[in-house]
Amino acid sequence: MEKFGIAVIVFTVFWSLIGIVLPFFIPKGPNRRLIQVMLMLTSACCYLFWLCFYLHQWKPLFGPQLTSSDARILRSLWGTDF
Amino acid sequence: MTLCQLFLQPDAAYACISELGELGIVQFRDLNPNVNSFQRKFVNEVRRCEEMERKLRFLETEIKKDELPIYDPEDNPDAPKPREMIDLEATFEKLDHELKEINTNADALLRNFNELTELKHNLQMTQGFFDEAQAHPVGVLEDMAGEREIELGGQTTATAGMKLGFITGVIPRERMVTFERMLWRVCRGNVFVKQADIPDLIEDPLTGEKVHKTVFVVFFQGEQLKNRVQKICEGFRANIYPCPENPHERRELAMGVMTRLDDLTVVLSQTQDHRQRVLAATSRNLRTWQIKVKKIKAIYHTMNMFNNDVARKCFIAECWAPVSELDRIQLALRKGSEASGGGTVSSVLNRMITREQPPTHHKLNKFTQGFQNLVDAYGVATYREINPMPFVLITFPFLFAVMFGDAGHGLIVSVFALWMVIKERSLKDKWRTQEVWTIFFGGRYIILLMGLFSIYTGLIYNDVFSKSLNIFGSSWRVKFGDEILNRRDIDTVQLEPTPYNYSGTREYQQMYSGTPYPFGLDPIWQVSENKITFTNSVKMKFAIIIGIIQMGFGVFLSLWNHLHFNHRYAIYLEFLPQIIFLACIFFYLIILIFYKWTHFDGLVSTQAPSLLIQLINMILLSYPTEPESSRTFYSGQRGVQTALIIFAVICIPWMLLGKPIYRIIMNKRRANYSTVTNHTENAEHEIDEQTHENESTKKRGVVLDVDLRDTDTDDILDDDHLHQQHHQTEVEMSEVWVEQGIHTIEYFLGCISHTASYLRLWALSLAHAQLSEVLWQMVLHIGLSTNGYAGSILTFLVFMPWSCLTVFILLLMEGLSAFLHALRLHWVEFQSKFYKGEGYPFIPFSFRLLLDEVPIEG
Repeated sequence: MEKFGIAVIVFTVFWSLIGIVLPFFIPKGPNRRLIQVMLMLTSACCYLFWLCFYLHQWKPLFGPQLTSSDARILRSLWGTDF
Repeated sequence: MTLCQLFLQPDAAYACISELGELGIVQFRDLNPNVNSFQRKFVNEVRRCEEMERKLRFLETEIKKDELPIYDPEDNPDAPKPREMIDLEATFEKLDHELKEINTNADALLRNFNELTELKHNLQMTQGFFDEAQAHPVGVLEDMAGEREIELGGQTTATAGMKLGFITGVIPRERMVTFERMLWRVCRGNVFVKQADIPDLIEDPLTGEKVHKTVFVVFFQGEQLKNRVQKICEGFRANIYPCPENPHERRELAMGVMTRLDDLTVVLSQTQDHRQRVLAATSRNLRTWQIKVKKIKAIYHTMNMFNNDVARKCFIAECWAPVSELDRIQLALRKGSEASGGGTVSSVLNRMITREQPPTHHKLNKFTQGFQNLVDAYGVATYREINPMPFVLITFPFLFAVMFGDAGHGLIVSVFALWMVIKERSLKDKWRTQEVWTIFFGGRYIILLMGLFSIYTGLIYNDVFSKSLNIFGSSWRVKFGDEILNRRDIDTVQLEPTPYNYSGTREYQQMYSGTPYPFGLDPIWQVSENKITFTNSVKMKFAIIIGIIQMGFGVFLSLWNHLHFNHRYAIYLEFLPQIIFLACIFFYLIILIFYKWTHFDGLVSTQAPSLLIQLINMILLSYPTEPESSRTFYSGQRGVQTALIIFAVICIPWMLLGKPIYRIIMNKRRANYSTVTNHTENAEHEIDEQTHENESTKKRGVVLDVDLRDTDTDDILDDDHLHQQHHQTEVEMSEVWVEQGIHTIEYFLGCISHTASYLRLWALSLAHAQLSEVLWQMVLHIGLSTNGYAGSILTFLVFMPWSCLTVFILLLMEGLSAFLHALRLHWVEFQSKFYKGEGYPFIPFSFRLLLDEVPIEG
C-alpha cells in the first residue's frame, strides 16, 4: 500500500512542479504566456496519461497468460519473491 | 486592427511606401478595383521594372551557363529612389547589349573555327589519298571491293592519266554508309569513293555537337555525274570543301589553314576571358539588383492601388494596421517624408471607423508559425475570436503520440527533427524545389514535439521497437510449481491477480505484488498471450477520458469567446446547457471509470460492472438484475442516474428554444423604444469620436479631412468601440430558428459521436503496436534467433529489410496516418465546440515576405 502511495506522490509532485510552480518563474518576454500555457498543458496531459495507466494496473481483474515454457523461464529469471 | 487613411504628398509617396514596406505591418486595400491594370497610373513604371527583370534573368542564365558563383548580398539593400531607377536601367541596358555582342561574336568565331578544323582534316586526308594513288596506281583498282567495279574497266584511274573530277568533303560517320549506297545507285556505279575516319570528335558547325566525322573523296567523270554527286552531297548535308588538284597548292592551303586556326584560337580564348570578366563583375551585384528591382516593382504596384486626389494634390491610401503599431507607422511616414526632401506638409495617418470585418492578425514566430498553419488550414479565425493555436501546440503532438506510442520510433523521429531544427539556417534554402522536403522542413518544430511526446508515450506503453523495458522490476511473479508447468497437456498458464494471501486452496500463491509497475505498463504483458485484451481496456478508457476532457475544454473556450464579445445571453442560453449536458452524461462516465478502477479487483472480477452497458442502461432508464455486470454497483445509483438524465434532457429544449425566444423579445423591445432615443445615443457617440479624432490628429500635423463612415446604424466592429447588444441588426426569425436547430442537433449528437470518435486513439495505437510486433517476429527475430556465425551473418542481412520496413511503413505511413487522425480530432471534435473560423488573414505589404516567398534562384 505504501509503495503505491510513493509512486503517486512522486509523480504528482513532479508534474505539479512543472505545471503549477514553474510557470511563475518564466522570465518576462513576448512568449511568457505561451510558455506558461505549454507547461501547464504538457504536465496535465502527461500526468493524466501516467495516472490512467497506473490506476488501471492497481487492481487488475485478470492476470497475464503465459506459455508454460515462458513461465518456467520467468520463474527462474525473476525468482518467486517480490 | 484598425482601418487607416493615409494622405501622402506625391513627392513623398514613394519614400513613405518604401519605409512601410521595410516595416511590413500594414495591408493596403485596393481603392481602384474597377480599373484595368493597363489603365492604372504607374503602369509605365511597372513595365520598366519588368523589362529590367527580364534583363536580369538573361544575365543570370548567362552566369549560370558559365557556372560562376552568385554572391548573396550581406545586408538588405534599400529600395532605390526613382532617380536611381534610371541609372539602373542604363546599367542593365549596357550589360545586356555587351553580353549579347560577345555572344554573337563568339558564335561566329566558333563556327569559323570548326569549319577550318574540318578543312584541315579534309586536306590531310585527301593528301593521304593522292599520295596513295600516286604510289600504287594499280593498287587503286585492286583496292576496290567487289561491288564497286567501275565500268572504266582496265583503264588506269591514276589522276595523272584520266581527267577525273573529284569532290572532297566531310560527313558524319553514321551517314557514310547510306551516302555511299546512294552514290552507287544514282551514279550507277560510275563513281569511286574513298573515305577515312577522322579520329577526333569534331564540333559540327551547324548543330554545335561533337560528332564523329569521316572525310570522303568522290571521283567521277563528266559534268552530269558531277552535278549528281553535288546534289547528293547537299542532300546528305555533307560539308564540301574545295581542294586544289595541285599538291603544291594543297600544301600552301594547308599551311594557311593552320595559321588561321592558331589565330582563331587566340581570339576565341580572348573573347571567353572578356566574357568571364564581364560576368564575374555582374555576379557580384546581381542579387542586390534583383532585390532592388523587386522592391521598386512592389512599391509601384502598391501605389497603383491609391486614389489620386487631384483637387488636393495628394494620394489617398487605405490600409489595415494593428492598433499597437500605429506609432511605428507614424515614424515610418515621417522618415519617408524627410527623406524625400521634407516638404512643408508631412504625410498624415488618419484612423477610420468602419463596419467591415478587419483581417485577422496573429503575432507569430518561427515556432508557432507551423501550428498556426495547421489551424488556418481549416479556417482563419474570425476577427478577435480565440485562437486555438496555443492549445493545439501541445494537444496535437500529444494525441499524435498516443496513437504512435513507440519510444524507439519516437527517438528516430525526434533525432530527424532535431537535425532539421539545429541546421535550420543552412537547410532553409536547400532543395527548395522538392515539395516533399519543404513540407517536412516547414513542419520541423511540429515533428520535433511529436517525436518527444512519442518517446514519453512509448515509455508508458512500454514499447521500444515492440520490446518492453524492465527498469523497476515487474509486479508479477510466476509461482506455479513444476507439477503444473511441466505437464505436457497444458500450453498456457494464467497468473492470478488477487494480491492478498487468500487462504483458499494450497496451490494458490500471491502472484501479484499489490503495487502496480511505477512507470507505465508492466513488462510481463509484452510476453503474455493476452496482452491485447489488457491494453485494449486501458487504452479505450484513456481515449474516452482525454476526449471528453478536450471537448469540455473546447466548450469552456466558447465561454471565453462569449465573454470577450459581450454576448451575455449566449452564456446562459448556449454555454450552460452545453456544459451541463456534457457534465451530466460524460463527466459522470469519467467518474464511473475512476470508480471502477479503484473499487474492483481480481476477487470480485465477475461482478465488475461493464461501463458501456451501464451507460446504455442509464440512458434507457433500465436497471436489470442479470447479468452481473449490468447490475447497479453502488447504492443510490438508480436515483442519481435518473436525476442526471433528467438534467441532461432539459438542456436540449433549453438550447434549442433559448436563443430564438431571446431574439424575439429583443426585437419587440427595439420596436417599442422610440427611434429618437436611438439616434440621440448614436449622435452622442459620434461627437465623442469626432473630438477624440480631432485631438489626436492635431498632434500629428495638418488635418486634411476627418472621414467617418456612416455610423447611423448598427454593429460597429472597431476595436475600441464594442457596442452593446441592443444595436443588433434585425434578422429573419425563421433563419434564427433554423440556425439554432442545426446548432442544437450538431452539438448534442456530436457529443456522443465525437466521444466515440476519440476511440481512434486506441485503434491506431493498437495497429502500430501490432505492426511493430509483426516486423520483429517475422523479420528481425529470424536473424537474432539463429545461433553461431550463421546467425551473425543472418542478422546483418536481416537488418536491412527490417530497418527499411520500419522507416517506410511504421515511421512514414503510420506517422502520416496518426498525423491525419490527430488533425481531424482537432479540427472536428475540438474546434466545433467554439471555433467559427470565418475570418481572412492579414497579409501585410512587407518586403521580407515578398523576397522570401519567391525564391531568387531556381
